[in-house]
Order: sequence, then structure tokens, then C-alpha cells
Amino acid sequence: MYEIVAFYLFSALTIGLFSVTVMSKNVLYAMTSLASAMVLISGFFFLLGADFLGVVQLIVYVGAIMALYSFAMMFFDATRDIKEKNTNSALVFLLGGMSALVLVLMFSAPIYSENIAALYPMHEGVGNAQDVGMVLFTKYLIPFEVAAVMLLVAMIAGIILAGKKMDNSLTEDMSADDEIMNLKDAK
Amino acid sequence: MENLVYIALFAPFVSSLFAALFGMSQREIFVGVVASLLLATSFIASLLLAINLYVTGEVVHVTMMDWINAGDFNVAFGFVVDQISVSMMLVVTLVSTIVHIYAIGYMDHDKSFNRFFSYLSAFVFSMLVLVMSDNFLGLFIGWEGVGVCSWLLIGFWYHKPDQAREDNPSISPSWAANEAFIMNRIADLGMLVGIFIIYWNTGSLQYDEVFAQLPYLSETVLIGAAIALFIGAMGKSAQFPLHTWLTDAMEGPTPVSALIHAATMVTAGVFLVIRANPLYSMEEVAGVSFFIASLGTFVAFYAASMALVERDLKRIIAYSTLSQLGYMFAAAGLGAYWIALFHLAAHAFFKALLFLGGGNVMHAMHDELDLFKMGALRKKMRGTWIYMTVASIALAGLPPLAGFWSKDAIIETAFNEHTYFLWGMLVITAGMTAFYSFRQIFLSFHGEDRHTPLGFHPHEMYKFVLVAMSPLAVLAVITGWFMGTYKAFIYQIGESVQYEMSDHTHHLATYLGLIVIFFAVSGIAYAYYKYARTGEHAWKRSEKVENGVLYKLLINQYYVPKIYEEVITKPYAMLSEKFWTHVDLKIVDATVDNIAKFFYASGDNARGMQTGNLSNYLNWMAVGGVLLLIVAAISAAFV
Amino acid sequence: MIGLSHYLIVSAIIFSIGLVGVLRRRNLLMLFFATEVMLNAVNIAFAAISHYYNDLTGQMFAFFIIAIAASEVAVGLGILIVLYKKHGSLDLDDLASMRG
Repeated sequence: MYEIVAFYLFSALTIGLFSVTVMSKNVLYAMTSLASAMVLISGFFFLLGADFLGVVQLIVYVGAIMALYSFAMMFFDATRDIKEKNTNSALVFLLGGMSALVLVLMFSAPIYSENIAALYPMHEGVGNAQDVGMVLFTKYLIPFEVAAVMLLVAMIAGIILAGKKMDNSLTEDMSADDEIMNLKDAK
Repeated sequence: MENLVYIALFAPFVSSLFAALFGMSQREIFVGVVASLLLATSFIASLLLAINLYVTGEVVHVTMMDWINAGDFNVAFGFVVDQISVSMMLVVTLVSTIVHIYAIGYMDHDKSFNRFFSYLSAFVFSMLVLVMSDNFLGLFIGWEGVGVCSWLLIGFWYHKPDQAREDNPSISPSWAANEAFIMNRIADLGMLVGIFIIYWNTGSLQYDEVFAQLPYLSETVLIGAAIALFIGAMGKSAQFPLHTWLTDAMEGPTPVSALIHAATMVTAGVFLVIRANPLYSMEEVAGVSFFIASLGTFVAFYAASMALVERDLKRIIAYSTLSQLGYMFAAAGLGAYWIALFHLAAHAFFKALLFLGGGNVMHAMHDELDLFKMGALRKKMRGTWIYMTVASIALAGLPPLAGFWSKDAIIETAFNEHTYFLWGMLVITAGMTAFYSFRQIFLSFHGEDRHTPLGFHPHEMYKFVLVAMSPLAVLAVITGWFMGTYKAFIYQIGESVQYEMSDHTHHLATYLGLIVIFFAVSGIAYAYYKYARTGEHAWKRSEKVENGVLYKLLINQYYVPKIYEEVITKPYAMLSEKFWTHVDLKIVDATVDNIAKFFYASGDNARGMQTGNLSNYLNWMAVGGVLLLIVAAISAAFV
Repeated sequence: MIGLSHYLIVSAIIFSIGLVGVLRRRNLLMLFFATEVMLNAVNIAFAAISHYYNDLTGQMFAFFIIAIAASEVAVGLGILIVLYKKHGSLDLDDLASMRG
């Protein structure tokens, strides 16, 4: 019973908060609602018994990613409302609505699971974290390492892009760019 | 023996490939020499095979490899050397060797010298495949190969421009080449149908197996096959009504004409009928055979009549070939296959000699072929004159030269078969043959000197060329003396090719021969009286004769080319034009154009999508994504 | 009882919300937010499928998606800062320099 209540509660809240994220004119509101919605999503994960994933969601998304956004916000003027010419909303909502409708229709159709055998089945009586660790460090070891390298690369890229000599251009030789711009102007 | 077969067959092939290596480079004498040597090798191999066959009587049969294996359809790439094919091989390789040597001299100044030898050898190779194959399919491959090579060779001087038909009846080399090829294609269809009929009803294409089954086939099938095969033979051997290409083929270089007319190509049709003699001597196809004989006789007469008034040296020789092919078909149709084959061989020798001599004249006169512009050439071209005269006597059929024996035998056959009308026609044709061949000799080598005033300074051909021609001259003289030997040789094959005159004919043989000789001699005498005298009796062109109805008819080849042009070529061209403007341009081309236009327009319109604004791109991406989702949903719902 | 379909439908709805955001917004930062929404929607679906089929593969994929999201944010924010330095704006309409 409590599962049903939790599910509907989380669903309503996440959908609402995400809607605010998408619709809000103010960046701070959007970011706050996004962060809260992510916390709530980890609730889904706990509901589904994916404890470890829920914790990772909290730490990585809410802890790391949202912190990163907040720090990035310091570079932008966050208090001012965003003025933008939003795309023709009829088309947007039509497309979004269509995709939602089609996906819902597809998913609400009965799913036949008899023929699906689990590739890496969960084990009874073993904690989710341990189970995940077993699979992640055996079957998914190489993707895991690759993901680690990717994160390292992303970190270095982030540092270089945002941190180093932020007053200067990234491409070392600015003169070529200037020349091109001059030529363009001359035209 | 097997190796000899392969050497005889593939030496010309090697020669062709060798010459082709140098096809694009400039003239190299050694290419011609090597080609001639390889051809000579082939000839020697054939000669050894012939001697072996004569001594031991053993037919050599080799299977090189399995060729086609499709379901029940098995054809091996096999070759047979029996009495028929070996006689053809001898003739083909000997004449080709001499023609190759001759071409070294004749094509001396041509910049495509090497290419010429490549084609020439390929031509001989195709002919050998045709002759030696032990099945109908191999024969057909050779048959087509000969067609292609003849196209290449007749159109060898493809760069010459087209002329009006009045100036040059054969228009241009490329025109003549196309004509030859297309006419042959028409006939080849008949040939192919014949092969299909045979395969359909006997399940084999191997000569032995097919002929073994002939007695069990129905009359319709036999007649159908005989007619279809003969249509093929008609094309290759230029029988009426597919004969016009032969004289037009004179546009090719003279060695080619010699090769086409003497040894290869045109004899293929006769060879086919002789090869298929078990079929044509069946009781059921007697009608077809008689038709072959009648057509042959008709063509003999028809071609000879056109030669009477022709002014072009090479075309006269071409007509004589046509006429002699008629003789061969007459003999083959009447069942005297070995006589036809013998005449084929004898004819090959003196006709090659005649052509090569004609080539000498042409070379000396700087490609001028009009007899009316020659005269009294014998003083300047003694060697050629002797050769041409010998060849003409042989052609006219005077004893003891080759032509007499073989042609007389054919005429005798016509008498023996009680087809007295054919006999009469053939005798008259013999007289005409003598007349036109000597008319040509007298006009070119005797009589008044007409060429010097026109600025020609003829000179004799190279010595080595004249020496190379001598074997032909010798053979043109002596071939007839070995008729008995040849008869014994060919009789080894068996009943089907044997042919004997009845006793009645035998008694009259001398008189029959005398009648033929009488006609021939009177033809020559009349030609001498009219053309050879000098001084005040010298021959002059006469307006009255040339405006005569008969003369006009003959010089225009009975208007047959004209009729073909009016009835077939022009309507066809008109039809093609209509199809081009209405169907091709308006339907086919328009369809293709519209497809292109559609893509062009759609691209032009779709360019608007490329705004450079990421948001727009995302929108389009989303549209595509949603469409794919819908498709996925629909297919999931219905599958 | 809550079944797989429920979770998938929630996931689909959240995904569509993200899609609407991606389509509607012109501000690059907001586009990033919308992308995060979509990624999370997919994560829910993976976790749900993993749970209902009793298979860990779904969770594995969710982990890798989180890793990718993290790197995407790191690089993306760096680019955003550079763009902002250069153009003084994050509006896509101002950045349209590749018109065909």
C-alpha cells in the first residue's frame, strides 16, 4: 500500500518539478526544481530496490552535477530572467505530446516477459550493493574502466575550457581568427 | 598427337596476343615476322596431323576441359581432327601464313601495323576453333569470333569518311564492317535456333552423338534444324539474299579480303553444311538439300552476271568468290560433299593468289582500283601478271589447273543428279566466269596503257612478297592432280561423304568436260577480242552500252542494295527516329530527368531547414524521432 | 499493485517533458537542464525494467548513463563558459552562425 502511495507521490512531484524546470524563466528556480526532482527520482530507485543506484543518484547528480551547475551559475548572471524567443509552442507541445502519447501507448500495452531470461540475475539474500559490485567488476569491468577514463578526460577538458587563461582564446593563435574576421568585415 | 592439335590451334592465338602487346606502339617489323612464324608453326602442325591421319587413318579427338556444366547440359571444350577438319585446317593455316607474310609487305606504311597482325591472327584462331570444334557450341563460338574479327578487319580503316553510294557502292569501311556484322547477326540467329532445335531434340551438341540420333528424329525436326543451320551458313557464306556484305567487305585491307574470301569466314558456311552432312543427306531433308543446290546455282549465276560489268578490280574478285561459293553449295546440296570440300580447298588457293595479286596492283596504283584506269601493267609488274594469269586460268577452269578439276566435278555432279537445268546454268556460269576473270586480266595488264596519262607510276611489289606468294601459285596449278588421292583420303570417313558418278555420266565425262572447256575458252576469247587488243582496235568505253538497261541493272547489283536501303534501312531509320523523339526523349529521358529534377528541387527546398540555428535542428530531429517512434509503435502493434 | 507499465509511463511522461524543454528553450543552460531531465527519465525506465525482470543489466546501464551525464556536464559547462565569454549570451538565436 505504502508503495502505491509513494509511487504516485513521487510521480506527481517529479513531473511537477520537472515541468517547472522546463518552463521557468528564472534559472535559479529551474535549477532548484531540477535538484529536488533528482532527489525524488532517487526515491524511485529505492522503491525499485536499486539501493546502490539511488545512492549514486544522490551523490553524483544531486551532489556533484548540481553543485557543478551552481558553480557555473556564478559565471552567468543568474538573477536576471531569461529573455528568449521560445519556439512556436503549438509545434513543441504537439511533438512532446505525440511522443508521450506514443510511448505511453506502447508501454501500457501488455509486455510479455515469459521469454526473457535474465542475463545477470539478482541474487536472493545478497545486498544490492554487493550484487552490483560483483557484476560491475566482472562482466562490466572494461566498460567501467573506459567510463573512468572518460570521466578523467571530461575533467581535464572541463578544467582547460573553464579554468585556464580564461581571458584568452582557447585556440593558441588568435591572429588567424582575427584575420578572418577582418576579411569578413571588409566584405 | 594431342600436342600437335594444341599447337595448331593455339599458335595463332599466341600470335594474336603477342601482336596485341605492341598494339599501341608504332610499327615493328618483328611483330609481323613473329606472327608469320607462329602461323607457319600452326601450318606445320596441321600438316603433320594430316600426314598422320592419311597414314594411320586414326581420328584425333581431344578434350581440353569441361566447359559448361549446368544441370543436364554438359559441353566439353573438345576438338576433333578428322578428314574434314584437317583439310580445312590445312587450307586455313597455309593461306593465312602466306597472307601474314604478304601483309608485312602490304601494310608496310600503315601506322597500325601491329594491331593489324593482332586482328589477323585472332581471325585465324577463331576460324580454327570453328573448324576443329567437336560440338556445335564450339563451332558457334568460332563462328561468332570470326564475325567479330571480320568486323574489326573490314573496318580497319575506320577513319575513312562516308561517301555517297554513287561514288563508292560500299560507302565507307566502317559502314561495310557494320553491314557485314549485322547481316551475319541476322543469319547467326538462324544458326542459334538450329543449335537449340538440335539440343532440344537430341540432348547433346556433340557431333557424333547428334548424328547418331538423327534417324530417330521426326521429319519436322530434321527439316527445321536443316533450314535453321543453313540460314546461318547463308549469312557467313554470303548467299542470296544476305550477299551484299561480301562485296562491300572489299573496303578492308586486301590481305583481309584474301583471308575472308579464300580461307576463312565465307567458307565457314560451306564447311557447316559439309560438317553436318549426315543431317543434309537424310531422306527427309532432301527438299532442303535441293534448295541449297538451287540457291547455290542461282548465286553462282547471279554473282557472275554482276561481275561481267564491274569496274572495280577487287569487287570483281569478290563476285567471283560469291559465284564459286555458289558452286560449292550446289555440290554440297547435291550430296557431293567431298567435291564441295575439294573445290573449297582449290578455290582457296587460287582465290588467295588472285586477291594478293590484286593487292599488288592496288598497292602499285596507290589504292586506285578502277580497271578503266589501268591497262598494259604487265610490262611493269611481270611477277604479279604471271600470278594473276595463273589464278585466272584456274578460276576459269582450264585444264590442267586446279579449278578445272574441282569445278568440272561439280558440273558433272549436277548432270549426274539429272538436274539438267542446274547443269546448264552452271555451264553458262563457267563461261561467264572465264569471261569476267579474263576481262579483268586484259583490262589491267594488257591493252592500251591508260594509267600513264593519268599520272600513275606503278612499281612491282617487294621481292619477298612475290616469293611468299609462289606456294599459292604452285598449288593453284597442281591441286587438281591430287583429286584422286584426296578422294581416297576423305572416303576414310565413311559412307556419308562418299559420292560416285553413275556409269552413264562416267561415259559422258569427257564430252561434259569438253563442253565446259568450250564455254570457258570462248569466254576468254571474247574477252581477248574485246579488251586485249591495242592500236585502232583498242577497247573504248561506249556510251551506248553503258546506258543500256541490262548494263545499268548489273552495275547497280540488280538494285538489291538500293532496295535494302529503301525497304529496310530507311524505314528502320525513320522508325528509330520516331522512337527516339517520341519514346526515348519524351518517356525514358523525361522520367530520368524528372527524377533528377525532383531531387534537385527537394534539395533546394530542404535547404531552408539549414538555418544554422541549433534550436531548429533540434526541432527537426524531434520530428524525425517522433515519426520513427510512430513507425515502431505501428510495427510493434501489427507484427 | 504498481507494475512495470506504471514506471515506464512515468518515465515516458518525464522524457516528453524533457523533450518539450529541449524543443522550446533557446537558452543553452536550459537546454542542458532539459537534457538532464531526459536522462533521468531513461534511468527510471532502466531501473524499473531491471527490477521487474530481476536482471542487473538495467542498473548497469543506469550507472553508465550517470557517468556519461557527469562528463557531459563537465565538458558542456566548460563550453558554455567559453561561449558566454565570447558572445556575452547563451541564446541559440545569437549563436546561429552556420546558416546554409
